[in-house]
Amino acid sequence: MTFIINGEEQQVAAATLADLLTALDYEGEWLATAVNGELVHREERSGFPLGERDRIEILSPMQGG
Amino acid sequence: MLKLYNVEVQSRLLLGTARYPSPAILAEAVRTSKTDIVTVSLRRETVGGKAGGAFFELIRDLGVRVLPNTAGCHTVSEAVLTAKMAREVFSTDWIKLEVIGNHDTLQPDVFALVEAAGILSGEGFKVFPYTTDDLVVAERLLEAGCKVLMPWCAPIGSAMGPVNLPALRSMRASFPDVPLIVDAGIGRPSHAATVMELGFDAVLLNTAVAGAADPAAMAAAFTGAIDAGRTAFHAGMLEPRDMAVPSTPVIGKAVFS
Repeated sequence: MTFIINGEEQQVAAATLADLLTALDYEGEWLATAVNGELVHREERSGFPLGERDRIEILSPMQGG
Repeated sequence: MLKLYNVEVQSRLLLGTARYPSPAILAEAVRTSKTDIVTVSLRRETVGGKAGGAFFELIRDLGVRVLPNTAGCHTVSEAVLTAKMAREVFSTDWIKLEVIGNHDTLQPDVFALVEAAGILSGEGFKVFPYTTDDLVVAERLLEAGCKVLMPWCAPIGSAMGPVNLPALRSMRASFPDVPLIVDAGIGRPSHAATVMELGFDAVLLNTAVAGAADPAAMAAAFTGAIDAGRTAFHAGMLEPRDMAVPSTPVIGKAVFS
């Protein structure tokens, strides 16, 4: 399927958000995810089905002021 | 002691974590400053998700409280979603709410700020709004549920120091019981001392420390200045006068002619 991941179009074979993270080698307790502008909690990722052209944001901590 | 949303903190310095020459120097500055609270951000993670992990562990190892921010957000929906994602990552309901309205001055969009503050307060967040020194906006933020206000004293990163002292004085006088933290615009320790002398409760700094030639030493300088300003505020300062007043008593003065 085609997804918009962090603003960039990508083709990934993934049925759920957890599948997508695994497929793209994302790991770590510090990641936060949102699909189509809504937060998806860590524990909800494996049960969260993805659709064609879903907009997925994957954020992690960085320096800030 | 300073209380922020019922949490007592010792240090009146809140420190940003951006723009240090290295993670080791950031850690040294945090330790030297004796700060209790650091601000951090969230950004898109590149594939693999390892960059954020190293920083996450660095911050966790410092053992300080984290105040995540919504830096770089320009709309209510961006700020609200970023706040929710930050709560997920950092397991805290504290959020430094920034909604930027102008690219050149990084002035907050106060209308969006008030709206986002209301939404987030309603969802259980403890909002620390980055705002201007406008009293009406401050009132609206308090009505929206904020229990702390963080006015700028000059544009972010400008190092100008307080550009509108009368406005800061009015703010302090208008909200005597609300913790007021000056966020943004401080360039040097004397600026921090000045706002603390006015009775502000704390100062949030980043660039002034991170951009110094020796960030750890500058962090210590700021800590000293903030303590001095706070002590002076409680000690009661003289008001300036137009004419000289002799400090040495004139009674008993010898007359030689």
